Amino acid sequence: MTSVVVVEDLLLLRDGLIRLLSTNGLDVAAAVDTGPAFLEAIDAHRPDVGLVDVRLPPTFTDEGLRTAIEARRRHPGFPVLILSQYVEQLYARELLSDGAGGVGYLLKDRVGDVRQFVDAVQRVAGGGTAMDPEVISQILARGAARRSPLAELTPRERDVLALMAEGRANAAIARRLTVTTKAVSKHIARIFDKLGLEPSDDDHRRVLAVLAYLNSNG
Amino acid sequence: MNRGVEQVSTVPIPQAAGRGPAGSGRAARWRRARAAARCAGALLAGGFIALAAIPVLVLGLAALVLSPLGDLGLPFLAVMTGLVRPLARAERRRVRMVTGAPVSEAYRPLRGSLTSRVRTLLSDVGTWRDLGWLLLQIVAGGVGLAFLAAAVVGPLFVAVVPFDFLRGAGDGKVLDLLPLGAFFTAVGWVGCRPVAKALAALSAQSLAADDAAVLRVEMAHLAETRDETVDARAAELRRIERDLHDGAQARLVSLTMSLGMAEEEFDRDPGAARQLVTEARASARTALNELRHLVRGIHPPVLTERGLGGAVEALALASAVPVEVDVALDERLPAPLESALYFVIAEAMANIGRHSGATWAFVRLWEENGKLRLMVHDDGCGGADPARGSGLRGIGSRLAAFDGKLTLSSPAGGPTELFAELPCRP
Repeated sequence: MTSVVVVEDLLLLRDGLIRLLSTNGLDVAAAVDTGPAFLEAIDAHRPDVGLVDVRLPPTFTDEGLRTAIEARRRHPGFPVLILSQYVEQLYARELLSDGAGGVGYLLKDRVGDVRQFVDAVQRVAGGGTAMDPEVISQILARGAARRSPLAELTPRERDVLALMAEGRANAAIARRLTVTTKAVSKHIARIFDKLGLEPSDDDHRRVLAVLAYLNSNG
Repeated sequence: MNRGVEQVSTVPIPQAAGRGPAGSGRAARWRRARAAARCAGALLAGGFIALAAIPVLVLGLAALVLSPLGDLGLPFLAVMTGLVRPLARAERRRVRMVTGAPVSEAYRPLRGSLTSRVRTLLSDVGTWRDLGWLLLQIVAGGVGLAFLAAAVVGPLFVAVVPFDFLRGAGDGKVLDLLPLGAFFTAVGWVGCRPVAKALAALSAQSLAADDAAVLRVEMAHLAETRDETVDARAAELRRIERDLHDGAQARLVSLTMSLGMAEEEFDRDPGAARQLVTEARASARTALNELRHLVRGIHPPVLTERGLGGAVEALALASAVPVEVDVALDERLPAPLESALYFVIAEAMANIGRHSGATWAFVRLWEENGKLRLMVHDDGCGGADPARGSGLRGIGSRLAAFDGKLTLSSPAGGPTELFAELPCRP
């Protein structure tokens, strides 16, 4: 069973998260409300993934984000999923900057879609990524306005790219767009060709390549 | 914004007369000649101002004569004041050219109906000070012109003598002109400079507003910008209230209704109940989106978390036009200033994205001599006009609340450069 440490200072949301996670087959090893307590909990419980709120006491600024990055510095590749009331490209870039997988950055409202949220937690715990669609759409919109190679993608290819950048596997993309996985593979090959990216069979590594590309050229 | 106070220029004012030791050689002679020409120009300009002052004074006298007849004098007075102020302004500029020192100006701002304007005019010390100056200028300008005339006529008198002899008609009478000519030349040429300076000093004395008047105008300006700020704040609160009322609050009401109906339906028709719950969740999501949008407009979270540097960086990341950011501040600014600058930069960047067609822009913010300086530059098509864009007006009024000044340079064809300067610690 995937074990999770939750870091959230608002009692209402913390309790909600614990309930939601445990009723959906995840083990909440600890639920804390500050950054230092999170780092201690990682050492004490060795969880599979950390679920971290961006804004935490005592500064109520981006303490959570900093703690998450610190946790990944101490334990390279430690999966963290950041939850926030809003998403900021700047933060996504910082989270992804170490080039390792196991990163998630989602709006808190996504919790409402329970199945997808639990799926995202599992994915991040397994070393994958889960980027909020809003982050991705911001990057893609900017890329289109700046006349980068992104502008040459067809609408369908853009849909596929967006879903891939969110961290979804081929099968999930195919289900979402109601096409075959073979069609998705073809789209992805063409996207990689247009953007000049090295093709890869590994889902996670491919997603990271796309995100790195979007962050630098979008 | 009309501050009513003469801006003190930091541009070096050309000196009326060479101050340095009177050297010899061609350069020194050239310098002396230029100084003399400038003095002569100043005297001439003073004379013109004096000439223009005469009809204005006549108008004033007419107003005085007509004032016992009730309101009849008022229009005359209004017209006269309307003419005196530009004259006084011209004289201030002239005096600054001669003495190198600015002459302070302070008039109470005129606004409202005609009668209230006239009342302000009549009760303004500046109006009466200008009238006193008007009388003085007519005399002083005349004196200046006299010296100028002497400087011109003197050499002519002297020159006429050899001409007379050459014509052969010399009866010796022109010789009488010689001492007179020499006297005029001496007085005119020697006196030109000190007289120009003395007259300018006299003008400055009678024109300069006293410190109290300058402070009064400054205070009126402060009161005005404070009112603008208070109005803007109130309007913003009203907008937020309306957005909450019509947006998130309404969504939450509809969500509650859906959930209530779902509660009823669960036993009767689980399918319909599920449909209602789905609707409720959609409502909740939209409400959250709207709240997020609203919060960004009030105070962007990234500004709280990262300060101005990080927040501007985030703006640049989201911008359609590539923007270079250079925020060089040693410490975080006071929160109100930080927020105002953020929205100024956001507005400027939105303008670049919307109108400029630029391919590149930069934002630079730095501290210099106790002032904050902001520069936003883009290589777009230019032609930005504060009179037309409400965005630029908004930038101006946001800065005014912090005593900041906005300069915009945007020639057609570009580039556009927005420059703002404001005190670091308001």
